[in-house]
Amino acid sequence: MNVGLEQYLMVSGLLFCFGLLGVVVRRNLIIMYMGLELMFNAANLALVAFSRFNDNLDGQLMVFFIITVAAAEVAVGLALIVALYRKRQSAHVEDLTTLKL
Amino acid sequence: MENVLFYIFAALTLLFAFLCVANPFSRNPVTSAMFLVLTMISMAGLFVLLQAFFLAAVQILVYAGAVMVLFLFVIMLLDIKEEERRRFSRFSIALGGVSVIGLGFILFKTIRESKAGEGLKLVAVKGSDTAALGKALFTQYLLPFEIVSVLLLVAMVGVILLSKKDLK
Repeated sequence: MNVGLEQYLMVSGLLFCFGLLGVVVRRNLIIMYMGLELMFNAANLALVAFSRFNDNLDGQLMVFFIITVAAAEVAVGLALIVALYRKRQSAHVEDLTTLKL
Repeated sequence: MENVLFYIFAALTLLFAFLCVANPFSRNPVTSAMFLVLTMISMAGLFVLLQAFFLAAVQILVYAGAVMVLFLFVIMLLDIKEEERRRFSRFSIALGGVSVIGLGFILFKTIRESKAGEGLKLVAVKGSDTAALGKALFTQYLLPFEIVSVLLLVAMVGVILLSKKDLK
């Protein structure tokens, strides 16, 4: 079977689902963060596939910007996790219930 | 040949991604981080198959290199043994399974029904994409490029501020 846009989109969708699974099921902040990264990458894969199959470079440029922003986001997020850990001695979402009623 | 490579890389990407978030053998965050690296590398292979050579290189440099070092660094700073002692709650697993399967089904149906890619022909790429990418980046997308560099600076300042000893 010839590989077309549909196959790439399927891979991208499945990857997004795995990322979501990580965010919903796992309770460790760092692993939830890895799930977020997986979802980012799923979107990137879909964009690159669209860009390739439409013969248009804009998708690739968007992925370039997404990767840059994601790098900044990871740095800030992990710094937040470390600061949180220093205050509460835990990186588990079950222990971080200050906002709970 | 390209089809075979696509299926190999796609299978590897999905397998490693699954092992990253739901590894049945290990709950250690370091193992998850390592599987995330492998996912990124197999995704770079998919990018190469899509003729996005520059993005494949960036993927490996930024994700498999910089981002993963950050992740590992933070895991080392925190207590990783804690994770292995905890149990998952049955409720969250059930809810997660339902939502993930539901979303996966919707995506599958949508992609199938919309017949994405119908009528789209793969065009042979003329020469290197990287040159065209660079040209577009420094002419048409110059302003976003500069804004992103400012964003990186802001993120850097923010991280330094956040990791100071006494947060005020």
